[in-house]
Amino acid sequence: MLKAEIHKQYPGITIDVAFEFERGILVLFGPSGSGKTTILDCIAGLQQPDAGCISLNGKSFYSSADRIAVPARKRRIGYVFQHYALFPHLTVKENTMYGIPKHCKGGKGYRIGALDVLEMLKIVHLQDRYPSQLSGGEKQRVALARALMVEPELLLLDEPLSALDHVNRKNLQAELKQLQRIWMIPFVLVTHSRREMQRLADEIIFLDKGKKSLSVFPALRRQSIELSV
Amino acid sequence: MLDPVILSLKVALVAVALVFAVGLAVSRAMARGDFPGKNVLESLIILPMVLPPTVLGYGLLILLGKRGPVGGFLLEAFDFQLIFTWWAAVIASAVVSFPLMYQSAKAAFAGVDVSLEQAARTLGAGELRIFLTVTLPLAWPGILAGLVLSFARALGEFGATLMVAGNIPGKTQTIPLAIYFAVESGETAAARNLVLIITLLSFAVVFWLNWWSRHKLQVWKKERVSRAEGGNS
Repeated sequence: MLKAEIHKQYPGITIDVAFEFERGILVLFGPSGSGKTTILDCIAGLQQPDAGCISLNGKSFYSSADRIAVPARKRRIGYVFQHYALFPHLTVKENTMYGIPKHCKGGKGYRIGALDVLEMLKIVHLQDRYPSQLSGGEKQRVALARALMVEPELLLLDEPLSALDHVNRKNLQAELKQLQRIWMIPFVLVTHSRREMQRLADEIIFLDKGKKSLSVFPALRRQSIELSV
Repeated sequence: MLDPVILSLKVALVAVALVFAVGLAVSRAMARGDFPGKNVLESLIILPMVLPPTVLGYGLLILLGKRGPVGGFLLEAFDFQLIFTWWAAVIASAVVSFPLMYQSAKAAFAGVDVSLEQAARTLGAGELRIFLTVTLPLAWPGILAGLVLSFARALGEFGATLMVAGNIPGKTQTIPLAIYFAVESGETAAARNLVLIITLLSFAVVFWLNWWSRHKLQVWKKERVSRAEGGNS
């Protein structure tokens, strides 16, 4: 269960949202400049809200009242950045292994082996390449693998499909949905594309100028819960 | 004949090591941080690059001399006289070459995409690990350029060195000083040989570091180039 209450003031925009979210894919939908990425950054711990509280599965990550601010590296929240943010000087394999602590290398204590993740995302054959040698869709898969490899309890995706061509986007949409069902952790996905929202969302928050204007639970949700049980 | 060459290399290497350590820390802090007085501090750091070496030499004399705040302290506390030793030459070289290292390293750090560091943070990496595995490798070509420039500058330092370290053969007489005094006393042959040596030395260093950075350090860039070429054919 993700609980978030975020207040943050910028010149020109005030972000003021509160939501709870249990499972499936939550889509934050809104035009650019509506504060979507800032909300993801606050959940991940890359930015601090001015006030509010954020907790995941009962663990408090941020609370202005209790003066808690857990640093990003201790939150175990996966984050797929808009432009993937792959390390250009490391190979696909080194990129995906970056988040695995040294003592866990070799798979001990980890639910899923590195190779399984690469296989699931169909990038095993790319493991010795550098990011500059990959297509957009491949980069996206590597970024997903890297984020999932640390076994996060929540995955954040910032416009994950916006840089892809039509065919790739369609494929990855389906795979994202499937991945969420396999992984069984909540995904929070930011987009400004209505179609993407409709295809992926189990729950939608519409954002307008930093404020939640509407929450929707599409019919899809019931179906998806049945699927994941 | 070889004394000035060995001394010059020793002085330049130690100076560059100092400049590298301090320069990395300062430029890293200045590339990302923003604080009141940053512009003033930055101007002070760059100042040695534009001031005449004699002005720096004068300033260092005041600072490091027997009655200066630093020189006086060292003399009293450790009975160590800094001025007119090869350490004074190291400090003079370090001061004049610092701005070159600083500027290259700062631009290199600023050029590293912040989102890569953010990504590393979400993957559980601490700040030191991020610096060593992400920031430093990506900024390395620029830092290396700074190293080459500061080494060359340190090797060629003349004015400030003469003022704080003097011209003591075998002790503080570096190549540039030896050349000057050889010419002045009419020993043209000795001067010519030293000129040849320092020119070749500087050329070799610059050439080797350039070659090294292109072939060994930027594998991922090379890969990209070869791929682009392959894609075109």
